[in-house]
Amino acid sequence: MRILFALLQKEFIQIKRNKTILRLIIVLPVVQLLILVNAATLEMNNLQIAVYDNDDSALSSRLVSELDASPFFRMSASPPNVESGISQIEEGTVDFLLVITDGFEKDALAGNTSRVQLLANAINSQQAQLGFAYLQQVAHRSMKNFAVEMQGIVPESKISTTSAFWYNPELNYKFFMVPGILVVLVSVVGMFLTSMNLVREKEMGTIEQMNVTPVRKSTFIVAKLLPFLIIGLFELGLGLIIGKLIYDVPIEGSLWLIFGIGTLYLIGLLGLGLLLSTFSSSQQQVTFVSYFFLLVFILMSGIFTSVDNMPEWGQKVNLINPFFYFIDVMRSILLKGAGLADLWRQVGGILFLAVTLVTLAVFNYRKAS
Amino acid sequence: MKQLWSFIRKESRHILRDKRTLAVLFVMPLAQILIFGYVISTEIKDARIGVLDNAGDYSSRQVIDRLVSSGYFMVQDYYSNSRQMENALRRGDIQMAVVFSPDFGSDMERPDGTSVQFIADASDANTARMLVNYAEGIVAGYELQSTEVLNQQNTPLIVEARMFYNPSLRGVLMSVPGIMAMILILVSAMMTSISITREKEYGSMEVLLISPLQPWQIILGKVAPYVILSLVNAITILAVGIFVFHVPMSGSYLLLTFVSLLYILLSLSLGIFISTVAPNQMVAMFISLFALMLPTILLSGFIYPIENMPVWLQWFSYIMPPRYYISALKDVMFKGAGLLVVWKEVLVMTGFLVAFLLLSIRNFKVRLE
Amino acid sequence: MEASSYVINVKDLVKKFGDFTANDRLTFHVKRGEIFGFLGANGAGKTTAIKILCGLSVPTSGFVEVSGYNVKTQSEKVKSSIGYMSQKFSLYDDLTVFENIRLFGTIYGLSSGEIKERSADMLSRLGIEEQRNRLIGTLSLGWKQKLAFSVAVLHRPKIVFLDEPTSGVDPITRRQFWELIYQAADEGITVFVTTHYMDEAEYCNRVTIMVDGRISALDTPSGLKSQMKCDSMNDVFLKLTRPN
Repeated sequence: MRILFALLQKEFIQIKRNKTILRLIIVLPVVQLLILVNAATLEMNNLQIAVYDNDDSALSSRLVSELDASPFFRMSASPPNVESGISQIEEGTVDFLLVITDGFEKDALAGNTSRVQLLANAINSQQAQLGFAYLQQVAHRSMKNFAVEMQGIVPESKISTTSAFWYNPELNYKFFMVPGILVVLVSVVGMFLTSMNLVREKEMGTIEQMNVTPVRKSTFIVAKLLPFLIIGLFELGLGLIIGKLIYDVPIEGSLWLIFGIGTLYLIGLLGLGLLLSTFSSSQQQVTFVSYFFLLVFILMSGIFTSVDNMPEWGQKVNLINPFFYFIDVMRSILLKGAGLADLWRQVGGILFLAVTLVTLAVFNYRKAS
Repeated sequence: MKQLWSFIRKESRHILRDKRTLAVLFVMPLAQILIFGYVISTEIKDARIGVLDNAGDYSSRQVIDRLVSSGYFMVQDYYSNSRQMENALRRGDIQMAVVFSPDFGSDMERPDGTSVQFIADASDANTARMLVNYAEGIVAGYELQSTEVLNQQNTPLIVEARMFYNPSLRGVLMSVPGIMAMILILVSAMMTSISITREKEYGSMEVLLISPLQPWQIILGKVAPYVILSLVNAITILAVGIFVFHVPMSGSYLLLTFVSLLYILLSLSLGIFISTVAPNQMVAMFISLFALMLPTILLSGFIYPIENMPVWLQWFSYIMPPRYYISALKDVMFKGAGLLVVWKEVLVMTGFLVAFLLLSIRNFKVRLE
Repeated sequence: MEASSYVINVKDLVKKFGDFTANDRLTFHVKRGEIFGFLGANGAGKTTAIKILCGLSVPTSGFVEVSGYNVKTQSEKVKSSIGYMSQKFSLYDDLTVFENIRLFGTIYGLSSGEIKERSADMLSRLGIEEQRNRLIGTLSLGWKQKLAFSVAVLHRPKIVFLDEPTSGVDPITRRQFWELIYQAADEGITVFVTTHYMDEAEYCNRVTIMVDGRISALDTPSGLKSQMKCDSMNDVFLKLTRPN
């Protein structure tokens, strides 16, 4: 116990002396939380649309003004002809070009099918699709209204849909980004510090000095993990405070539960950092390897894109992705007020990973070669 | 000049000797683009829905069939009461619940129609919004069709769509260029920053500095092997993009190479710059990994389109170099654009390159004095 | 001589790295209290051998006993009875002199009273009491080496292993360093030291000369010199490594 205390004291003094890192692990997460959370919206508005209206009739102007009024589209100046409209798409100055040909209103009045053409830059396929769907909606509505006014037909609606957005009725994307980004930041700091720390001692040769002492392997590893666990939990708390104060993220569930599962999660992740460092002989190597794991884990975790959109194998891989479990846990506890009974699957996964990774790390860390 | 050449040869041998790191450097980017290309998708596919069908009649089953056959949804479970549905949502078993009122089918004949409710788990706001949008669209389509059967009228309006560059609306066109840009900048910046700070940390930089080599020659010697390495990486990544993900390549390969080379040089010079401000490898890695990773993912617009972001954040994204590379890639590869179109991007990237180099030289000199 | 007067017993020690044999059937014994030198060129297998003796490396085959414990099966018991100083300087650069002493003292089970007493004693002997709170990283290499040695014997081990302790320091510091070694030997600590400085071999009670992983000579320095008919250890070494 005295030895453990002495080792912990050593680690903390070293962390305290490394002023640059200390500043970075406080400042970077805060800055990133403040800035990056705002980026994560797929909510589309202000898409640039240009209209080439060759019909120039009452109906076509109605359609154009309805488009103009919608928040989804922003109207650009009308191009003089279709070709220049297309070149605007090519240049990327507009996303959509709506072409209304001569005879549009006439067809409508005659009861024939009238046609409009939408040209879209479809590199962002989702944006193109949504733009198309939205335009269809607006166009149908203008037609309907036009028909009502001209012919007095009242169209009947048979199925109405209502929708409810639970846990986040305002659809505030920041509510779900804050927990996600927070998990990433906490994890990167924790895993990075652990893996670099041990390899650094290897490079400096101090690890050898430790290995000839009678320090028990388990004591040494606990002393390596505990400081970073504490730092990780501190960052978690800091991030939650920022989330609450700046983004007003709801905290529906128990904070105890968050920190409890968080501790388990961090132990697993730090175990992974330690495991990677036992394999590596230089800081350069461990950097690249942990970067690889971090990036794969992060992008597969469902933090940015829904896990359900992934192919089957990707979802299988996620069974060993600690980020996947913990991001889900954080979102569920914070936003849905989920309890342990709702989260047994995720907690089971985290527990399994933590036990496996720490065991592997301890097993793989040898005092002798 | 001869000295420089032999120095470069020495550095290259040094890199080639560390087989493990070398393998990591080549395999990692390849693995990443393969994984991310398949995994990063904002396209809804097989979203898990739960059904609370209080009606259980023909029409409600029809609606469910429609939802499922669209490919967007799959039914995870049927519930008999709202308690079960609530639990499933909270546990995250389903992403959206579909609730039919007891008289769903028979109400269709009544003048004020019938209604169906979608309850989405908005703890993932982006996905929730899309799911409800798609579901409402599908129900509207079903309604339209069942109406048409009744009054055999012409469809009043047809919106024809022409999707430029991406007629089959594939999501990879959006994600793959972004993934390329991200992988290249992270790996390149990390490699150079760490290898130069390593030299500083072990004091061998001092030895080099008193050698007849000029400081710029030392930097060049350190970076030159990595230019080759990164170029190989860029080629592999582009090849995977074109041949595995079938990203269209309609522009000139020469221009593509030129733009990519410029981007690599820019990334490497960013690495040099980091190494001049970082006192040791740990800090260098922290900056190049931690400070670059998330901003690169989020602010270069490959998952979340920049146009959707708050305006102040859009301004922020102007200082993200990947943004310009992604834009140039899309222009050259998808639109077949020439230098005349992408000159702006080329200019900005050159600007970044020069700025990083100038800043590095300044820092380097300050350190020497 | 009875076995217990030996603190190190090595018999047929072999260490292989793949096809490469770093230590080829080494057999030697080290007596309690002697200064035992291990000589050889770089790559002769000295560091490999010393690492095995300290329990940092596992022998491929053979019997190795250090202070009465088998290093294969009781390596942790070996470790509490020895001190070690590696060729790479290895106190913590970002800890102060005292913090390093306190850390290693505690690890070897010294009480805080003992640590205070011994560190004061040690610093005054080295004449650097005022450097107590300086970061190790800011000291000169010579001082670092002397401190590393003093820390390695702080817990009064039975044996101290020194792996090229004086490489890279100036001749004056080297002399001072050997004075520290003699002091430790006077206190009854057995010293096992590797070096490639031949003049240092003269300071040892007995020396082993290693060539290409094998022991090619083992005797007192004067014994070796008369055996090989040489004037200095340097000539002995040259004769052994380059017979022609």
